[in-house]
This record gives sequence, structure tokens and C-alpha cells, in this order.
Amino acid sequence: MPQRPLRSGLAARIERWGTKTMTAASPLLEVKGVTLQYKTKEHLVTATYRVDFQVYKSDRFVILGPSGCGKSTLLKGVGGYLQPSEGSMRLNGEVIKKPGSDRVFVFQEFDQLLPWKTVKQNVMFALTSSGKFKGRAAEDKAIQYIEKVNLIKFADSFPHTLSGGMKQRVAIARGMAMEPDVLLMDEPFAALDALTRRKMQEELLQLWDDTHFTVLFVTHSILEAVLIGNRILLLSPHPGRVKAELNSDGKDNVGADGRKLSDRIHDMLFADQIEERVTPHG
Amino acid sequence: MADNVLVQRPEFVREIEISAYGVVEKPLTTWEKIFNNTAVRKGLLLLMLATIWQVYSTVLDNPLLFPKFSDTVSAFYDNLMNGVLLQRSWFSIKVLLMGYAAGLLLAGALTSFAISTRIGNDLLETLTAMFNPLPAIALLPLALIWFGLGNGSLVFVLIHSVLWPVALNTHSGFMSVSQTMRMVGRNYGLAGPRYVAKILIPAAFPNILTGMKIGWAFAWRTLIAAELVFGVSSGSGGLGWFIYENKNQLEIANVFAGLFSVIIIGLFVENFIFRNIELKTVRKWGMQS
Repeated sequence: MPQRPLRSGLAARIERWGTKTMTAASPLLEVKGVTLQYKTKEHLVTATYRVDFQVYKSDRFVILGPSGCGKSTLLKGVGGYLQPSEGSMRLNGEVIKKPGSDRVFVFQEFDQLLPWKTVKQNVMFALTSSGKFKGRAAEDKAIQYIEKVNLIKFADSFPHTLSGGMKQRVAIARGMAMEPDVLLMDEPFAALDALTRRKMQEELLQLWDDTHFTVLFVTHSILEAVLIGNRILLLSPHPGRVKAELNSDGKDNVGADGRKLSDRIHDMLFADQIEERVTPHG
Repeated sequence: MADNVLVQRPEFVREIEISAYGVVEKPLTTWEKIFNNTAVRKGLLLLMLATIWQVYSTVLDNPLLFPKFSDTVSAFYDNLMNGVLLQRSWFSIKVLLMGYAAGLLLAGALTSFAISTRIGNDLLETLTAMFNPLPAIALLPLALIWFGLGNGSLVFVLIHSVLWPVALNTHSGFMSVSQTMRMVGRNYGLAGPRYVAKILIPAAFPNILTGMKIGWAFAWRTLIAAELVFGVSSGSGGLGWFIYENKNQLEIANVFAGLFSVIIIGLFVENFIFRNIELKTVRKWGMQS
């Protein structure tokens, strides 16, 4: 039985004060009891079922789960491409109704860059189309963020001349240049080779150290989740339901039960698979 | 146990020596370079064909059936110099551009309607299915009744030959724009006409360009054929009329010169105008190799 540690009055007060500020700070993004459904030609598929989570400012919030847990669908919901059939999603207290430039997507696919525009024009296109900046100001902003991802030498290159990793860096620069309330990343590194992926993960963390942007990051890789996230939402599949929400410091440290975070997550996902084999759906 | 299955070998690590090997890059010989040039090879082929023509027509010796290559060239040169060919070509091209532009505009309107509503989509699919296989020249008798002898009828059949292939290709181009690109456009707040102009049209541009090329080829053929049928209307006919007129006067070398012009204009538009548009757009963007 764990023994409750003794505290001095002051420490207890500090902790109480701490929790108070924690609850007082309102979440940037609040997802409450969200059920998302979409239609295929033959079925009505329930992708997620009554999912709750809150993202606070500067969070690196990771949604992790096996394929079929509706994590990408959830991100599209937050993006405003899909309306929940139940529950609500609020950004800064306002219900999300349609896509908007306050939530910018970074996709997995390389064709998210417009092939008829150069690197710089791609970033500027986002800034001018959304009406955030015009002309000279847009160009300056674009250059500033292209510099941040170390692609200034390629500012006037067309996307098809860049490698996969560079394309994703342009997409990230474009997303960050918009300075959105939350950056939505849908498995942005999944199509890259292992070495490039590793490098991009580190670069993303460096960028975060720099500007402390809020990011909602979807992945199916446990290691990526542990490395990138400060908070990890674990979804179980068919349909996606919240299984756990864990904290991570990026180091995959050994927890109180003597096991690594990644091992704990692995077991939770693995337990699901066994469960599913015993009681198969549909 | 694994020892029985796997063959055991010692490991090794090598130092890579520099400059121990021979030639890495060697320039090609001049002859190889010349023969690698497509234009040179095609030019040689043309020269061969011209020689065969010249030899055969000299042996045949019947300028009414098959004039010599040299006669055709000099007829072409004469008609070019006295301005008749230029004037006739310009007349044809003027009518063609009118029909082509009208066809493109209508195709744009029709596809815009098709992507914005479901009934528009059905309409486009039905109409293209019906009219695309219908040769434009088959509509000519009808056009003559409706619009009489003159440019009206020509423009009508030209529109018919441009509209359907362009609309069909543009529409299929719009449909094949990737979901990701569409989502990117909407993410940055594009909607309606701005979304079409900034995302759909450039993304579908390879298909649109193909449609424009096919439309142009159809239009050019249709025009020459239509002129052959009724170039008589006005004093100044087009190239088709030039060919027809010279056939009646048994100036066969001039007929060949007219055909020559049709080919040259066709090649110029295909290999110069469209080729340059391609190089400056879809190839530069890596959307077509």
C-alpha cells in the first residue's frame, strides 16, 4: 500500500493554488462527447464514439491509436470538414462549423503542396488566400518561416524538385506561417524513410522550443507519440473511444510501476487486440 | 543448429582507394551527339520521303495525277510570294479562332455548371455521351439550313467539334483533383469561383490542356472539310476552298501546295504553340513528364 507523503502547509497550499490555476485556464480546444460518422457506398461507419479531450495552449497533443480508431477522422472533425452527429467541438469557446485558417492542416500526402507554385509562393498562397497578409508583408512572413525550416536556398524551387522530407518541411512552414490557434498534423512523417522521419521529429521539437505553437498530432507510432507529445490520447479501435490520456516528457522514462511509457502504451493497445479476437465485432 | 543451415564467412571492411579506376565520364563522339538529336533523325526521314516522291513522280511523269516534289515546292513558293496562300490561311485561321474561342467559353460554362450541381453533372455527361461521337461535318447540312452559306455555319460546326472534347477533359480533370488538394484549398478559406480559379483549374490543367489540343485538332480538320464542301459562298474562301478551286482548274501542284500549308499550320500549332505552353506550365510544375 502506498503511503501518503507528508506535506508542509505551504507546499499543500502551493499545490492547491497550482491546481486552481490549472482548472482556471480554459482549454483552447474542447471536444465533448463527440461521435463522428461518415457514409461509404454501403455502410454508415461510426469512426469515433463519445470522445472527450481538451487541448490547452502550447500543448503538443498526440492522438494515438491503431488503424481504424478514427484518429484521422477526429482530426478532420476538428478541421471542420466533418460535423459530429453527437457532442460538440469548441475552439476558444466557439463551435467549429467549417474549415478555417485558425486551424491549419499538415497532411501526410506530398500533394498538399500546390505543384504550380514555388516553395515561397506556396507559403504566400496560404497567407494571401486567407486574407491574413498581402503583398510585401506576405512575402516577408513566408521568407521568415521558410528560413525557420532551413529551406531558404530552395525558396524559388518547385515542389517536384524537392525530396519528401523537404516537401513536408515546406508544408510545416506554410502551416506555421499562418500562426494558427492550433496546427493539425495528420501523420505528417508517415510517408518518410526512417532516418528522415527521425530528423523531422527532432526539427519539429526544435521549432516548438522556438515558438511554443499548439499542435494536435495524429500518429499510429507509439515511439513517435512518446517523443513528440507532452500529452497522449490513446484511442481504442472500431469505433474510436478514449482509452487513456497520458503525460510524456519525451524521454520514455520508467514510470512508477517500473515500466517504460512506450511499453505501457503497447500493452494497452495489445490488450485491445486480444479482446477483439475473443469478441469479434460484426 | 543454425550452423548447419548458414554458410559461415569472415567479415571484412575495405579502404576505398581513390583514382584506382579508369574513366567515369567520357564525352560522346560528334556523330553520336548528332544522331541523338531527334530533329536531325526526323529531318533525315523527311529528306528520304521527299527523294522517293521525286523519283516516283519523275518515273510516272503524269503531273495531273501526281506532280513532282520540285513542282509542288515551287507552286508553294509562288503562292506564298503572291500572297494568295497567306490570305487564304489567314481567312481560315480567323474563322477557326472565332469558333475555338466560342467553344472554349461554352465548355468552361458547361463544366462550371457540372461541378457545382448534380443535375449539371448529369447534363454534361449525357450531352458529351450523345454529341462527342457525332462528327461535326455531319451537322453541316443542318447548319446550312439554320445559318446559311457563310461564317455562321462554319463557327457552328467548329463549336461543336471543340466543345465536347474540351468539356469532357476539363470535367474529368476536375474530378481527379486529389482530396488533399481540395482540403488544402478549403483550409485557407477558398470557396466558390476563387476555389475553382486557384485550385481546380491549375490542378486540372494537364487534362484541360489535353482537351484543348484535341479540340484544336478536331476544329482544324472540321474547318478544312467544311470549306471543301461550301467554300463558294464569298469571294475570299479559306484553305479548303483554295484546294477545291485548284482541283477544279486541274492545278494539281497547287492542290498539293494547299495540303502542304494545312500540314505546316497544324504542325506549327501542335509543336510550337502547345509545346511551349506545356513547357511553361505542366512540365515546369512536374505534373507531366
